[in-house]
Amino acid sequence: MMQLPEHPDWLWESAAPKRSYDVVIVGAGGHGLATAYYLARNHGITDVAVLERGWLAGGNMARNTTIIRSNYLWDESAGIYEHALKLWETLEEELDYPLLFSQRGVLNLAHSLQDVRDSVRRVEANRLNGVDAEWLDPRQVKEVCPIVNISQDVRYPVLGATFQPRAGIAKHDHVAWGFAKAAAALGVHFVENCEVTGLRVSNGRVTGVETTRGTIGAGRVALCAAGHTSVVAATAGIDLPLQSHPLQALVSELLEPVHPTVVMSNAVHVYVSQAHKGELVMGAGIDAANSYRQRGAFHIIERQMAAALELFPVFARAHVLRTWGGVVDVSPDASPIVGLSPVEGLYLNCGWGTGGFKATPGVGWCFAHTVAHDEPHPLTAPFSLDRFVTGALVDEHGAAAVAH
Amino acid sequence: MLLIPCPWCGPRDEAEFHYGGQAHVAYPQDPAALSDEQWARYLFFRDNPKGVFAERWSHSAGCRRWFNALRDTATNEIHAVYRVGEPKPVTS
Ligand SMILES: Cc1cc2nc3c(=O)[nH]c(=O)nc-3n(C[C@H](O)[C@H](O)[C@H](O)COP(=O)(O)OP(=O)(O)OC[C@H]3O[C@@H](n4cnc5c(N)ncnc54)[C@H](O)[C@@H]3O)c2cc1C
Ligand SMILES: [Zn+2]
Repeated sequence: MMQLPEHPDWLWESAAPKRSYDVVIVGAGGHGLATAYYLARNHGITDVAVLERGWLAGGNMARNTTIIRSNYLWDESAGIYEHALKLWETLEEELDYPLLFSQRGVLNLAHSLQDVRDSVRRVEANRLNGVDAEWLDPRQVKEVCPIVNISQDVRYPVLGATFQPRAGIAKHDHVAWGFAKAAAALGVHFVENCEVTGLRVSNGRVTGVETTRGTIGAGRVALCAAGHTSVVAATAGIDLPLQSHPLQALVSELLEPVHPTVVMSNAVHVYVSQAHKGELVMGAGIDAANSYRQRGAFHIIERQMAAALELFPVFARAHVLRTWGGVVDVSPDASPIVGLSPVEGLYLNCGWGTGGFKATPGVGWCFAHTVAHDEPHPLTAPFSLDRFVTGALVDEHGAAAVAH
Repeated sequence: MLLIPCPWCGPRDEAEFHYGGQAHVAYPQDPAALSDEQWARYLFFRDNPKGVFAERWSHSAGCRRWFNALRDTATNEIHAVYRVGEPKPVTS
């Protein structure tokens, strides 16, 4: 008789909730887990529970295409995304867990004269901010990624690309598990199958949360609920400038290594990398209509495949193996909302939309600071909710848009 | 893909339509009189319910007319479509 191997050691315990905690974090995605870890590590706050409606990291953390980069346009964005990228560069040692972080670079293709102008401008802005960036002509693009079609006879020819060599990918599940294991070792509780159904507020101050596993008291509550943030915030009477949309991705079967980097194209709405195991990982744009269903429309996938084939004729015989979707919280300026809320002791981290995976360690670091000190971290201060009133938007549609 | 019943053309594939976001958002009568907070609300804040949502669609590859729909964002079920100017239907 064949013997099944022993179950490996659990990385964390799924705890039963206590009656109250100093800090309750809503949502055990990458951001909730990283925030919990840095609360304990940087601020010595360990009476922390991360409450998760489903299973740990089963939301967008399980569904994203893992692109990590920091080549956004504005100084504010360079601040937070580059902080994150620097943390990524030492995160495996920090968490003592393999993350398969691979700095294979990212190409952002330009397909029109306006794309070229915007891209060159972004390269210059990146350099001024100490973010590595180069402008490549089509021949140089081909050198970095030999399978890209640089023929000028196609509908959207490649006119060049920005290149960030330090960008790359990581294994998203491992990132979640690494943070969970390290935070659990410092005393953080993870409570799964525990949906927060209401925020308790008294005299303008948060006092706890109602959940499907009973009421849990909290000195402070940190929202990391991604696509469901509007729903949770509404229970405390807080409106947020967010719209929830499905975002899809897909993979091919396992193939020999053919794709050495990450290629993204806003204009034709596709981005592609090849995971360590060998599958091509591709993503597209969001569904136009709001929805909380974790699946998108098929015509989005169809268009995305058409775009992928024009850029990479070599993929013609690959097969779509799996498609899936997540629910992302999109903000008006394609930048996140991180900081204080109108309710005392309640903190916001949302609006990361299609691109928050790359920020995971950086936002965890800064959001933990915000929760610990009841004030924004300098790197996330520009991303306050009141920027929509003051008008100090951080418009990253050019660098974020459909892309990640 | 959604099957959307255009009030003029009947059920058609979502790919024929263009989305217009929340319905019944009126342009302020006197924009200059609004405070910054009120202007921000008009400009940037839209409902985002998990449930029934009144929204606008344009049948851009068909009759090219705008209309409103009540759709449940948790299930994608379309409860009603109605013409611009008509009141929001009451659904149970
Ligand atoms: C298809 C796809 C591709 C993407 N590609 C990239 C990419 O290449 N690069 C990149 O940087 N970003 C990418 N993103 C975006 C990125 O995944 C998100 O911005 C990021 O994961 C959000 O932070 P999170 O990990 O904490 O979210 P999540 O993992 O979604 O965590 C939120 C958690 O909150 C839980 N929750 C919600 N409501 C409640 C409640 N009431 N009570 C308790 N728990 C609750 C959810 O179940 C969920 O687990 C992609 C997203 C998708 C969907
Ligand atoms: Zn019509």
